[in-house]
Amino acid sequence: MADKPKVAFYWCASCGGCEEAVVDLAEDLLGVVEAVDIVFWPVAMDFKRKDVEALPDGSVLAALLNGAIRTSEQEEMAHLLRRKSRVLVAFGACAHLGGIPGLANQFSREQILKFVYEEAPTVVNPGRARPAPEHRVEGHGLTLPRFREGVRSLDQVVQVDYYIPGCPPTPKIVKAAVGALLTGQVPPRGATLAPDIALCDECPRKDSKPADLAFTEFRRPHKAALDPQKCLLAQGFLCMGPSTRGGCEALCIRGNMPCTGCFGPTSRVRDQGAKMLSSLASNVGAKDEAEIDRVLAGIPDPVGTFYRYGLPRSLLRRKAGTTPSGAP
Amino acid sequence: MNPQGGPPAAAPGEWQPRIAAIFCNWCTYTAADLAGVSRLKYAPNVRILRVMCSGRVDPQFILKALAEGADGVLIGGCHPGDCHYVEGNYKMLRRFRLLRRMLADLGIEDGRVRLEWISASEGDKVRTVVNDMVEKVRALGPLRLPERLKAWDREIGSEEVKSHG
Repeated sequence: MADKPKVAFYWCASCGGCEEAVVDLAEDLLGVVEAVDIVFWPVAMDFKRKDVEALPDGSVLAALLNGAIRTSEQEEMAHLLRRKSRVLVAFGACAHLGGIPGLANQFSREQILKFVYEEAPTVVNPGRARPAPEHRVEGHGLTLPRFREGVRSLDQVVQVDYYIPGCPPTPKIVKAAVGALLTGQVPPRGATLAPDIALCDECPRKDSKPADLAFTEFRRPHKAALDPQKCLLAQGFLCMGPSTRGGCEALCIRGNMPCTGCFGPTSRVRDQGAKMLSSLASNVGAKDEAEIDRVLAGIPDPVGTFYRYGLPRSLLRRKAGTTPSGAP
Repeated sequence: MNPQGGPPAAAPGEWQPRIAAIFCNWCTYTAADLAGVSRLKYAPNVRILRVMCSGRVDPQFILKALAEGADGVLIGGCHPGDCHYVEGNYKMLRRFRLLRRMLADLGIEDGRVRLEWISASEGDKVRTVVNDMVEKVRALGPLRLPERLKAWDREIGSEEVKSHG
């Protein structure tokens, strides 16, 4: 056992879907388990933090960490796994870009706590109690992790060696990445382990995308029927394919739903949301302001649409003025 | 401050707005040149960047300018119908209409990013627009995004980890 490479899995601010993605390897998971010694995987195996702390630094070949970083405990675990591992992999959209939890960067910490513990319709909390980092009950001290001002991608907390994109990463991507890590046949550090070309390239509907889209309206999938053959943009549905990295084999589009951008940008794009906004808006057909605005009104939530998975990793990172320390 | 007049005066040591101005080669940049050779004085707060067409202005340029310390971004292109490349300015207009909505949602005040059509002969409009924008951004105050993000990084006890990509 001792000579097998050690691998660790961990989760931070995530939904558990990335853990499912590992299980989705199905029988291929058995091959992985054969080849490696799993030293830490809280969702599936009974190892504790102290077991990881007891390992020599750098003794783990690879730690695959999913989820964004929101609390002090998640920071500590990211630092711990960074120290113990030779390769740290940001696994899935949240660790890679901030993910869905990253949309919380549109609100201040105070707004979130106030809503969750005081204002939400399902909450009864007349004493306005809030979780405190430290609390004493009958002589016993209790502690909770600190809830930070915002959400961060993993690489905004510790140095990351590789990124496995996706919400969640697809079995094919995971299998290729794990294989590459085990055989040492990996690209230069910092790479995203997926093809470096936009999703449209592998989209089965590519041929039906016209050269000039000339949008006259944007339609939303819950309000209109989607043609299962034709390019979704050509039908007026907002599909993030043009500004999203491929490698997922267009799973959502094969399921007749538009791409929402979970693989993040290609290496040539710094800010996925700005790039998608650019591509989409440029292709509106109208030339006068009122008509342009009418067409673009079909995109009611630009931030939530263009930065669905990537607000913390975007150029602006969060809504301005939502941190007390950053107040002008 | 009268936007028709000379450059707005600023007290020494007072905060000065920094505005990135991205002008198209064929109209607005030429107009800025005309303003220069005509010795029109306008606020010295703009740093002019020349692009071939306002249609070349990727919204990433605008966000990057703000994230790296600009208090405002001014984009200048040819009047509708006059684009040297026929359609470039319309593309910019459409992006701008959506970008300003998105920036508002991200807490960036309206007025920090502005799009103007200024033809090659409108040197005086360069002066008017620049002076007016400088005054409006001055009234909004400093944006200070680099400082805000650095302060936020200090929350976790370290400067932002240098990422590869």
